[in-house]
Amino acid sequence: MAAATSVWRQPSILPGFGIALGITLSALSLIVLVPLVALALKAASAGPADIWAVTTSPRTLAALRLSFLGALFAACINAVFGMILAWVLVRYDFPGRRFIDAAVDLPFALPTAVAGIALAAIYAPNGWVGSLLAPYGIKIAYTPLGVMVALIFVGLPFVVRTVQPVLQEMQADVEEAAALLGAGRWRTIFTVILPPIYPALLTGFVLAFARAVGEYGSVIFIAGNVPMVSEIAPLLIVIRLEQFDYAGAAVVAMLMLLISFGLILFVNLIQARARRRFGDV
Amino acid sequence: MSVAVTIESIEKRFDAFAALRGVSLDIQPAELVALLGPSGSGKTTLLRLIAGLEQADQGRVLFGETDMRDLSLRDRRIGFVFQHYALFRTMTVGENVAFGLKSRPRAQRPEPAEIRKRVGDLLELVQLPGLDKRYPSQLSGGQRQRVALARALAIEPRVLLLDEPFGALDAKVRKDLRAWLRDLHRRTGHTTVFVTHDQEEALELADRVAILNDGRIEQVGSADDVYDHPATPFVCEFLGEVNKLPVKVVGSQAFFGDRPVLGGLSQNQGGQAALYVRPQHLRIVDDLPLALPGVVEHLRRNGPLRRAEVAVQGLAKRLDVDLASQVAPAIGERIRLRITHGSLFAAA
Ligand SMILES: Nc1ncnc2c1ncn2[C@@H]1O[C@H](COP(=O)(O)OP(=O)(O)OP(=O)(O)O)[C@@H](O)[C@H]1O
Ligand SMILES: [Mg+2]
Repeated sequence: MAAATSVWRQPSILPGFGIALGITLSALSLIVLVPLVALALKAASAGPADIWAVTTSPRTLAALRLSFLGALFAACINAVFGMILAWVLVRYDFPGRRFIDAAVDLPFALPTAVAGIALAAIYAPNGWVGSLLAPYGIKIAYTPLGVMVALIFVGLPFVVRTVQPVLQEMQADVEEAAALLGAGRWRTIFTVILPPIYPALLTGFVLAFARAVGEYGSVIFIAGNVPMVSEIAPLLIVIRLEQFDYAGAAVVAMLMLLISFGLILFVNLIQARARRRFGDV
Repeated sequence: MSVAVTIESIEKRFDAFAALRGVSLDIQPAELVALLGPSGSGKTTLLRLIAGLEQADQGRVLFGETDMRDLSLRDRRIGFVFQHYALFRTMTVGENVAFGLKSRPRAQRPEPAEIRKRVGDLLELVQLPGLDKRYPSQLSGGQRQRVALARALAIEPRVLLLDEPFGALDAKVRKDLRAWLRDLHRRTGHTTVFVTHDQEEALELADRVAILNDGRIEQVGSADDVYDHPATPFVCEFLGEVNKLPVKVVGSQAFFGDRPVLGGLSQNQGGQAALYVRPQHLRIVDDLPLALPGVVEHLRRNGPLRRAEVAVQGLAKRLDVDLASQVAPAIGERIRLRITHGSLFAAA
């Protein structure tokens, strides 16, 4: 306890801690906490029975499952491909590199509805990609698969942009050292190159995941929105709102919030542990 | 164990820029050679070429009798210490040092217990016992340097290549590590090439010094050789402070103006030349032949020595003279200087 008080009294030799903390907390409360409390109150106003009914209704569960599992799947895909893409952009120089580098940001910049319409057009059974897959009986648009495609699309830049600077900063001499010490290519990749990247990769993963969980605009165009099959949780919230079921919408929103918060907290804890070990260099 | 390294007329260009232009160097087994040169002279490039991290455009590098290109990176068994250490920062010190042994093919890999023992021995050797659980971020610069060295030594290298091993350290630590490395080399006997831009370090540490300038080797020789008998004006200037006198050589004597300043020359070509004289090779003498009159204009301290700046008629720049501690001329005093040793180069 004594240690804790001294930490409070003198947190750092950097000046301005008190005022900075004050501003941060006020801003955080105004922008983040107050709306969340309002949301919780709204959800609570539904009463325990209704909350339970909404929470356990098959439609809610299906929507939550699709949203979170889809986001998880998309974030995993993005982690792998975003990582490779970042690697290619940093380590190799090829014609069109700058173009691809710029294109990575498109999912950021594009209005999500535009992305949704474009994806739906391409993956629809009569679209460019859709028509190629249709003969094999693979349908992407208007199925859960379509949801994944949209979620992967919007999440990709997060992984690339978090991993890229770390790769850039990593000196080639570490790889050369590994090679001269006799390590093969795979050993070098898995023991020398990847470990320093994991924290950044995890951050990118979380960002891509969070974005995918909350994604609405681009998904609804390609998902088909069939209840119990390809209906995502954010859409369910909108539907409830349109039916003037504010409390019901708030309950679904609250569920999403709790799950997301738990997952992100978990990942942050992992990351904090890694940082303590290797330093932030 | 250690092996001779032969560098045969290596040329290397980066795009249009020639970084190395015909470098040849023979390194004996167990020899300690310093590559010395100013920044950008190609030292790192040459070292990387020896290690095979860079491809030569011309020429080749032999390990013993074998062309290095016929060996895989692993079979070359080169211990390389990078300018910025290049430690694996997500591994502990122990794991760093063990990396080379654990990377061997399964058949040649020592048992885990054996690896642990060797890591302990190596950390002992570099005087870091018991630090194997630390991460590189928890070490000082000098400690990281020694971990990098231990890691390189772990693979029982045939050749040890060090790129500015003490570059990032303070003067005191550099001196300590210098003596330590000299001692380590005597005990382990690896063929060693180390890069430095610190002439003092090179002269003190190396069996032979190779001086690089602008992608060429200007001179190779023992410390005494290169210091006392520099082959080129560049070498002379790079290795230490020097005074320059324009002279005219007639017979076996060098004349400054019409005054003979240095005799006993075996230089056969006469005519205009530049005489390079180090501050410690100028002595204040009483009236004697072959002396150069001048006026003491300034006195200052240079490390352990005192130094006089002496103005000489007909010379724009004052001469730097190291003073033996007992003689202390006053400022404004007229003195005579005798040149005890100098290097003559044809006037440019
Ligand atoms: N990858 C590269 N591409 C282009 N030019 C290079 C490259 N590496 C080195 N050079 C050039 O080659 C020359 C020699 O470089 P090198 O690194 O060998 O110098 P150095 O003697 O080690 O210098 P320092 O003491 O500053 O480390 C420099 O002029 C440098 O600009
Ligand atoms: Mg260098």
